[in-house]
Amino acid sequence: MFYLLKLSLRNLLRHKLRSGLTALGMIVAIVAFGLLRTVVDAWYAGADATSATRLITRNAISLVFTLPLSYRNKIRQVEGVNSVSYADWFGGVYIDEKNFFPQFAIEPSSYLDLYPEYLLPERQKRDFLRDRKGAIAGRKVAAEYGWKIGDVIPLRGTIYPGSWSYVLRGIYRGADPKTDETQFFFHWEYLNERAKKRSSPLSDRVGIYVVGIREPGLAAEISETIDQGFKNSLAETLTETEKAFQLGFVAMTEAIVIVIRAVSLVVIAIILAVAANTMAMSARERRREHATLRALGFGPTFPALAIIYESLTLAVFAGLIGIALTYPMADFFAGKVGTLFPVFQVSPQTVWMAFAASLLVGLAAAAAPAWECYRMRITDGLSSVG
Amino acid sequence: MSHIPLSYAFKSALARKLTTVLTAGGMALVVFVFAAVLMLSQGLKDTLVQTGSADNVMVIRRGAETEVQSAVERDQAAVIASLPQIAYGANGRRLVSKETVVLMVLPKRGSMKPSNVTIRGLSAEGFALRPQVRLSQGRQFQPGAAEVIGGKKVAQGFLGAGIGETLRLGLRDWTVVGTFDAGNTGFSSEIWGDADQLMQAFRRQSFSSVIFKLAEPSDLPAIKTRTEDDPRLTIEAKRETQFYLEQSEVMANFLNILGLTLSVMFSIGAVIGAMITMYAAVASRTSEIGTLRALGFRRRSILIAFLVESLILAVIGGGVGLGLASCMQFISISTMNWQSFSELSFRFSLTPAIALQSLIFALFMGFLGGFLPAVKAARMGITQALRAA
Amino acid sequence: MSEALILAHNVSKSYRKGTQIVRVLEGIDLRVEDGDFLALMGPSGSGKSTLLNLIAGIDTPDEGSIRAAGVDITRLPESQLADWRASHVGFIFQFYNLMPVLTAFENIELALLLSKLSRQQREQHVALVLELVGLRDRMSHYPAQLSGGEQQRVAIARAVVSDPILIVADEPTGDLDRSSAAEILDLMERLNQEFGKTIIMVTHDQRAADKAHRVLHLDKGALSDSTAAPA
Repeated sequence: MFYLLKLSLRNLLRHKLRSGLTALGMIVAIVAFGLLRTVVDAWYAGADATSATRLITRNAISLVFTLPLSYRNKIRQVEGVNSVSYADWFGGVYIDEKNFFPQFAIEPSSYLDLYPEYLLPERQKRDFLRDRKGAIAGRKVAAEYGWKIGDVIPLRGTIYPGSWSYVLRGIYRGADPKTDETQFFFHWEYLNERAKKRSSPLSDRVGIYVVGIREPGLAAEISETIDQGFKNSLAETLTETEKAFQLGFVAMTEAIVIVIRAVSLVVIAIILAVAANTMAMSARERRREHATLRALGFGPTFPALAIIYESLTLAVFAGLIGIALTYPMADFFAGKVGTLFPVFQVSPQTVWMAFAASLLVGLAAAAAPAWECYRMRITDGLSSVG
Repeated sequence: MSHIPLSYAFKSALARKLTTVLTAGGMALVVFVFAAVLMLSQGLKDTLVQTGSADNVMVIRRGAETEVQSAVERDQAAVIASLPQIAYGANGRRLVSKETVVLMVLPKRGSMKPSNVTIRGLSAEGFALRPQVRLSQGRQFQPGAAEVIGGKKVAQGFLGAGIGETLRLGLRDWTVVGTFDAGNTGFSSEIWGDADQLMQAFRRQSFSSVIFKLAEPSDLPAIKTRTEDDPRLTIEAKRETQFYLEQSEVMANFLNILGLTLSVMFSIGAVIGAMITMYAAVASRTSEIGTLRALGFRRRSILIAFLVESLILAVIGGGVGLGLASCMQFISISTMNWQSFSELSFRFSLTPAIALQSLIFALFMGFLGGFLPAVKAARMGITQALRAA
Repeated sequence: MSEALILAHNVSKSYRKGTQIVRVLEGIDLRVEDGDFLALMGPSGSGKSTLLNLIAGIDTPDEGSIRAAGVDITRLPESQLADWRASHVGFIFQFYNLMPVLTAFENIELALLLSKLSRQQREQHVALVLELVGLRDRMSHYPAQLSGGEQQRVAIARAVVSDPILIVADEPTGDLDRSSAAEILDLMERLNQEFGKTIIMVTHDQRAADKAHRVLHLDKGALSDSTAAPA
């Protein structure tokens, strides 16, 4: 009812300081809630950016162990497999340990074919394929360090010791906002060459195989077939969908995700306490007014609804502002943690949840005072000092 | 000068029970989060620091950051094992252990979710180098046999790591013959076996790391110079405690940033809650204030009385929050350390310093929340206050 | 004999005070005719406000019945009672009880929201009563901007705008100075004499009682007539 809205709004403005403070408290809490959910989303971002037509084959013991290069042909012959590429985690240091970004030695042409979401201009792709010491980098990491095509990028090896340098031949951008644009790729051949020279046990080995399949529905069967092929060998394999592989990482740090999720609930509880406090106070002050309305002939629902409207108006107002502020806050946070989270975006789902949370808080905060108002006896209310 | 008694502040807080509970409750939650985050950080640090000994030295390949990434060839390991600064054990042997470290994926009990567990192959002196560790169940693994022992946290948390169970490593079946207790240290999250057996199973030619005990803790600089100057050696030596501290930097950093951001945001919420309550308290007690002033109490006394009331709310909230946080000490967090890539188990650790910090934080919030309203109360004109009755 | 406007029969009401039960009204009978101007007086705690509340339908007696314009309001469920109040009763309170966030105009209009009148019709009625109480030029002011007397006049306007059969007033001059009180009482007298409004008023003020036709005294739960003989 229009009158109720008018009453609610004016009542809110009656105590500007109190309404303002309550709104401020709620805004801060909504921003915190949005930020926490975005952190959790970022955690799972890797898993979301996967493709159902890609499988990852790794050493069954753990990622720490490599697989022989000879496995490639065998995997390629499995029924349902389209193409096979491979990659090796390099884990080097760029100038300082703090500058973290993923680095992979790959089989360039097959890998790029399997990842069409890495968009690279034809010319750059050609230059990269041709140069054994060439490398390509994602747009975000290139921007972070001010790299340009043609720059020489030095890396200090940790797993593969020594100083390594590459010529940046291309900068790729992601086809999707969820695509990781912080990665650095170079030729596996270059890595293997030096490893062989040093007779390292790491030569002719790869970290993972990326297997492209025709039909996503056959993923489980194909995985099983591949693994069976290497059972009881020196390097048994574990093949799973790319999504399962990524989720595996998330699962390992699950405890932290759980903690963060729990904390976001605590945030809601805090807003609720603040809002409920304010609504209880303002309802108490207005007992006499509510009793008068009842005397005039308004049913008990009317003043109770007035309380609810007031709470909802404040909550929605604060919620909308809070949501609007979440975006710049997320950007700020992403800046602080650097490339720890390659994708850090406020998702539409987070926006809906924040809005729903503020509605819920608006209702819950008004519940008890509205109920008390509904049950109030007119004569009690009229004699309230307020 | 007469001061308004403390009991006034107390009774006033009690009179408005609901608002007191809500405000103190908000503060309790904030203090809880604040304390819990500090406790988590502390727990992480405790685990990693305790994991090393100040008189042990960890030698890994230069440039490698973790044992998993490192490879120390046999000849280089031999050179290190012959360093003069190494201490001698009770049995007359040098306290040095050449070790191999790998990660293996094991499913967690219950959820069956896979996680990386550290498998460490030790030499004969490996145990002696870690005085914090003792065998709690079963027996030690026999060198030459396919036997391993599991750290308490791993035995509890992972399928296959408990006493009597079997693990499949490198095409062989290994029996878990014992469980060892390493307290809060990172070793509780590891599985130990014989270095030679494990290296054979994984077809490894070189060790991951070499650990030895210094006869004189101050000998480290001399060793560093010796090893870094020698062109044949591609290794670096670190004090064990330093090594483990560095391993947690990224994680500890992340926890700290997140925790700080959250605490700041939450505390704003709690301070606002306190302000709203105190402003309302002042507004509803206008006539009381007028009366008190008319009776002769000075402005400053009024200010202090309201401020004290706000601080009492804060102390109650802070106490409850801290109490809740201390219950978290029974909870253990088991997660993957990003840097070492392996499973790490640590707890919430409450220290007197953290308790003190939390209470101070609560008082600070109470002060901030109560200050402006208290000023408003103090500045009220007597006649205007009495008239509002 | 035509039925009285208000007929209260054997009305009793008690309250719980802590652990005790206080019997405020015992077997009260009261008859109010259409067009009456009645004053209820008595010491503090005598139950005069209680009786007023019962007649006005904002409270229900423990025993007895109250008939208003032929309807036994004590048998009505709360929702119907609210509707009955909206169309039959006008309230004047000691502390005015205006909504501080609404203007004088809006406060008066509030009483008409429960009727089926259109917006235009409401505006007309409100303008009319504002004219009646002489506050046409202050209609956009908020209660905080009006004096006590002016606020009470707005309250009176609110009480009559829905054309009720009964106006109840609880200490209408209790918070006013002499001249404002006199204004209010004159207005109420006008309402009664010119417009034939039935008024029941609880008061401590002798001057207010003087304006009434009948004065009833309530003491220890019993009602007695103490109308002064016409001077």
